[in-house]
Amino acid sequence: MPNHSIEVRSVGKSFGEGQARTSAVRSVTFDVNMGEMLYIVGPSGSGKTTLLSMISGILRPNEGQVLVEGTDLWSLSDDRIADFRLNKIGFVFQDFHLFPRLSTAENVAIPLILRGEDWPSAVKAGMRFLEVVGLSSRADLPPVKLSGGEQQRVAIARAMVGEPDILILDEPTASLDGDTGKNIVEFIKKTLLNEQRSIVIVTHDARIYEFADRILSMEDGRLKAISEGQRHGK
Amino acid sequence: MVLEALPERGQGRRGRHYRGRLILAYKLLVNDRAKFVALLVGITFAVFLMVQMTSMFAGVLARAGATVVNIGAKIWVMDPAVNTVANTIPMPDYVADFARSIDGVKYAVPLYSGGALAKLKSGAYQSVSVLGLDDTSLFGRPPIETGRIADLYVENGFWVVRDSEYEKLGRPGIGSEFQLNDRRAVIVGVAGVASAGLFGIPTLYTTYSRARQYIPSTRFTTAYVLIEPKTDADIPGIKRALGGLGYLVLTREEFLARIANYYMYQTGLGMNILLMTAISFIVGLSISGQTFYTFIIENLEKFGALKAIGAKGHELVLMILFQATFVSLTGLGLGIGLCTLVIFFAKLRLPSYAAQISAFNLLLAFGMVIVIAAISSYIGVRRVLRIEPFDIFRG
Repeated sequence: MPNHSIEVRSVGKSFGEGQARTSAVRSVTFDVNMGEMLYIVGPSGSGKTTLLSMISGILRPNEGQVLVEGTDLWSLSDDRIADFRLNKIGFVFQDFHLFPRLSTAENVAIPLILRGEDWPSAVKAGMRFLEVVGLSSRADLPPVKLSGGEQQRVAIARAMVGEPDILILDEPTASLDGDTGKNIVEFIKKTLLNEQRSIVIVTHDARIYEFADRILSMEDGRLKAISEGQRHGK
Repeated sequence: MVLEALPERGQGRRGRHYRGRLILAYKLLVNDRAKFVALLVGITFAVFLMVQMTSMFAGVLARAGATVVNIGAKIWVMDPAVNTVANTIPMPDYVADFARSIDGVKYAVPLYSGGALAKLKSGAYQSVSVLGLDDTSLFGRPPIETGRIADLYVENGFWVVRDSEYEKLGRPGIGSEFQLNDRRAVIVGVAGVASAGLFGIPTLYTTYSRARQYIPSTRFTTAYVLIEPKTDADIPGIKRALGGLGYLVLTREEFLARIANYYMYQTGLGMNILLMTAISFIVGLSISGQTFYTFIIENLEKFGALKAIGAKGHELVLMILFQATFVSLTGLGLGIGLCTLVIFFAKLRLPSYAAQISAFNLLLAFGMVIVIAAISSYIGVRRVLRIEPFDIFRG
């Protein structure tokens, strides 16, 4: 029996009021298992990012529950939800959102600094994770001096530095060329995925489907299908 | 174990200290060189103007009360219409006699204050201020740097004050002679004083009776009666007794305050300085407020990303307040330093330049800078608190 890191129960989200009300996600139910790489795929506007935001404690759903260890995440206070994001989730944003005025190592250290670590030890840990992603030689450079692929790896190192249980990646290959994108996702799966961790990726890049353990297909805010990944299912 | 393992709010590693977050805020601010410099320049300029304006005013007020400070009497008796020390209305001699008869008065002496025209050896004329001290006691005399006190009693003897106006008499020494109101005057001593006068003319001291001989006078000649009370507790009784004669009795501090009030509220000077200070404040607020707001707007996504990663609202507020406070206090220090340098060099070039930085000036500038920091950061805080982490996800 799989060990679930997140259980999503009939979550829905709509925006706007009255006639302008639009449903972005409609009653979606699924589980995220420990040790799996789960993809959420679908065309633009299908509700992927909204769904990802709700399960990661960023966007409050209008209905349903997001259960973590049997507790509804959205029944917690805002501060506790922020603690959940900081301590248990690692984010890789689509646009990376690296800080151009900080060095690469300092960028990676940010989650630890927000946890209250002192600056030198957090930056030291940042250096260690830069080494994991193969960028230790770039530690003192600002992110703007790095290529897109390198920036992506810095964003991954930042997501991993707090050793989160769940890694969330939003369109990780969107700004990368085909080979770089595949290499990055392969690196993530080989290096970062383990039995104590789940990785959730939102993408519509079919070139990286081969690395998924399961794929959730979204369409018009609904869960259309859950399928095994190509490596496992075929 | 996911949720149960989370540290409680204010406990665990997050609650340990804020130092790392403050360093992060510092780096985000300082590493954005262009914005940081623009903020510093704005606040420094505003502080410079504010301190400059208020220190000029403080200098004017200090000089306006110079005679009161230099003479040093505890109690001054004057006509009720007197507003400044230079604007005297002579009183009859009996006022001093009456004062001496009051219980609680240790001694009371008259002071002469007037103006005369000195003709220098070069043939040039120079206005001077003449203070006539009580012949017997010389009460209120300045400290003598060169010469003997007793020499003031020799014929035509005067002391000259070595202040910023001393040069205007051609730097006279002991034995220097010139004409004062067409009569011979001899310098018998050079005195130092705590404060130079406001009106840019040299000061001479002599005896009360000699001053009356040199300067054409009205029927009454006593400008002030200076009183030394036996104890401070006697002051109210002295005030009552002399007040009954229709004269105004002020302590040294009250007289200085009266002079300050006159310049502040009855000359237009105070209003002009207030306006200039307010304009400096508005300029500083505009520059720093706008620049800080732009800084926040440009970093809004980054603050949103911090929020998405797990920063709490109050932590971001703390970071912004720290940034605003840091840049404001740095600007305050630079502005005060710059103003001090300008006043220092101005005084080297123009000894009579009336500006002095007082604790009040500094407190005022500090208060205004804190207001600038508060308003600037309030605008930024509002924007940052409104941003939703979901906006970062949506790009």
